[in-house]
Amino acid sequence: MITVQACLDGILLGVLFALIAYGMALQWGVMNIINIAQGDLVILGGYIAYFMYLYGIHPAWGVIVAPVIMYFVGVGLYKLVINKVVDRDLFISILATFGISILFMQLMNFAFGADVVLANSGYGTTFLFDNNVVLPNSKIFSAVVSIFFAICLVIYMKKSKLGRAIRATAQNARAAKILGVDTEKVYAATFGINAALCGVAGALISITFTIHPYMGLPYTIRSFMIVIVAGLGNLPGVALSGMGLGVFEEFADYILGTEFRIGAVFLLLVLILVYRRFKLSRKREYLK
Amino acid sequence: MNKNLILYAAILIFGITAPFIFPAFKVQLSILCVLIVLALTWNIQGGEMGYNTFGNILFYGLGMYLCASVQVGMFFPLAEWTESGGEKTFVHTPAQFFQGMAVGLVVAAIIPTIVAGLIGYAILGLRGHYFAICTLGLGVAAGEISGGIEIIGAGQGFTTPPFPNVGGLEARGEFFYLLSFGALVLTFIAVRAIYSTRFKLILNAIRDNEDKAEAMGIQTMKYKIIGWMISAFFCGLAGGIMGGLVGYIDSTDVAFDGREMGVFMVLMAILGGKGTLWGPIIGATVFHIFKEGFWTFFLGWQYVALGVLIVVIVIYFPEGIMGWLREKYPERFGEVIDEADRKAQVELK
Repeated sequence: MITVQACLDGILLGVLFALIAYGMALQWGVMNIINIAQGDLVILGGYIAYFMYLYGIHPAWGVIVAPVIMYFVGVGLYKLVINKVVDRDLFISILATFGISILFMQLMNFAFGADVVLANSGYGTTFLFDNNVVLPNSKIFSAVVSIFFAICLVIYMKKSKLGRAIRATAQNARAAKILGVDTEKVYAATFGINAALCGVAGALISITFTIHPYMGLPYTIRSFMIVIVAGLGNLPGVALSGMGLGVFEEFADYILGTEFRIGAVFLLLVLILVYRRFKLSRKREYLK
Repeated sequence: MNKNLILYAAILIFGITAPFIFPAFKVQLSILCVLIVLALTWNIQGGEMGYNTFGNILFYGLGMYLCASVQVGMFFPLAEWTESGGEKTFVHTPAQFFQGMAVGLVVAAIIPTIVAGLIGYAILGLRGHYFAICTLGLGVAAGEISGGIEIIGAGQGFTTPPFPNVGGLEARGEFFYLLSFGALVLTFIAVRAIYSTRFKLILNAIRDNEDKAEAMGIQTMKYKIIGWMISAFFCGLAGGIMGGLVGYIDSTDVAFDGREMGVFMVLMAILGGKGTLWGPIIGATVFHIFKEGFWTFFLGWQYVALGVLIVVIVIYFPEGIMGWLREKYPERFGEVIDEADRKAQVELK
């Protein structure tokens, strides 16, 4: 039964990870930027929902409010910093976003305090299999909402004008520019959409789990891991590897103990990268 | 050459006498020496080899834990030491302390080197940003895992042996200063010696185009691993000294502190100018002065200032101080402007 419990928990958690990873894949594919501050945007979104909860509004509304606020945070961040690193070396963007991450972490620490908080949604729990499996309804709610947002975004990217412009820029920024796409606007919108996705995920995390100012980096690493396992632009892959990561984490938590959970995630990242390196080197004819 | 010798002699004399001239700044000067060592070793990777690592903090923290563990474990049971919180139950005699420190530093330098050699083949095959993120993951994973190991203090930290009661009040500061200055001199001599050989040219070739370097018949993997092992050696040494200096080791706040030390070493090397010998030294000095001078004003806001500083340096100042100087005074850097060549160009116009 503990296996079923861990699997279900992991899948519901993994859907959230997949949503964050989708944003990561979007900006990586379009702007060629790896955003270390991704996790901190998630936590910021979580605090928005938490504050609504503090002021007596049901935190589930955060799912609608957080992305709107986070969209403007993302666009502002783009205008201030990111537009200066877009066409530079990838390491520059990693280091710059690392700086943003430290900045956000500390600002959130000042603004909201260093306590672990959660927004209580009061959704109750569901019992399955003769009460052996306990599922909080908030987890089911968060999974449903993230799937809903993901589907909306996929349709938006396929049908709308901006979506087509984003996809064109991802394929070839120069050609898109020649054909009249304002790439600067597209980049700003991409970063904004990514931040909005982080906002949704953060609001859901604050309802389902807990948030803390310093918890951002693991979310960045998880989404990075999911994207490299799935590959850029492979949406079913992102969803599947997100769920896989969720299940892995629940089992690591159960087998190794909670204090090694984050360590296991980071070690898994190293192992995946090393595995990928050996797999790629087998295809190469020199430089093994 | 003669001028250089005088310069080095002046720096050496200043370095040795500094703690006696500025007795109030002994600890700060020792930390500065450690920071310079870290920046110099990061520069071997990030500057010369083009492999931007966030993971050298792994060796630093490893060295810190190893040095302290050996120093305690040589004379007392380690588990009881950490459980009792250190000095309360067991006391090192001066001889034990110095013997332990010496053996500990040797171990702290050698084990990270071996670790670097072992994981080097797997990790250094990664390219560019994959390498950067992978090493970032390594550093954080090491911190999280060491925070769960009971024998080295787990969450509550590990107290390193206190300095024995010899030589008066000033002895501790002077001892650690001379130790870290010695490590700095050793590192500088080693790095300078390396930079004057073919090895540096190979590292530069790897940075500029690894595929072509391989095609020229250089076994790039071998040299990458050796470069990383050299870095790990001095990082471990610096970590061991820093552990004794701070006196208290915590897994994520002192040893594997990716948010502070791990970023500092990258930032210092970039601020000074990566890919130069003196760049990291200048960068570390400027950074440390800035840090100590302004941290007190920003009290509580220092991480905000650090984040802003990283963004500003990376975006507006990626070439660093040395890069700026090189652009301004190219002839000082041995870039000979050929008169005949210039004349020919003028005639062409």
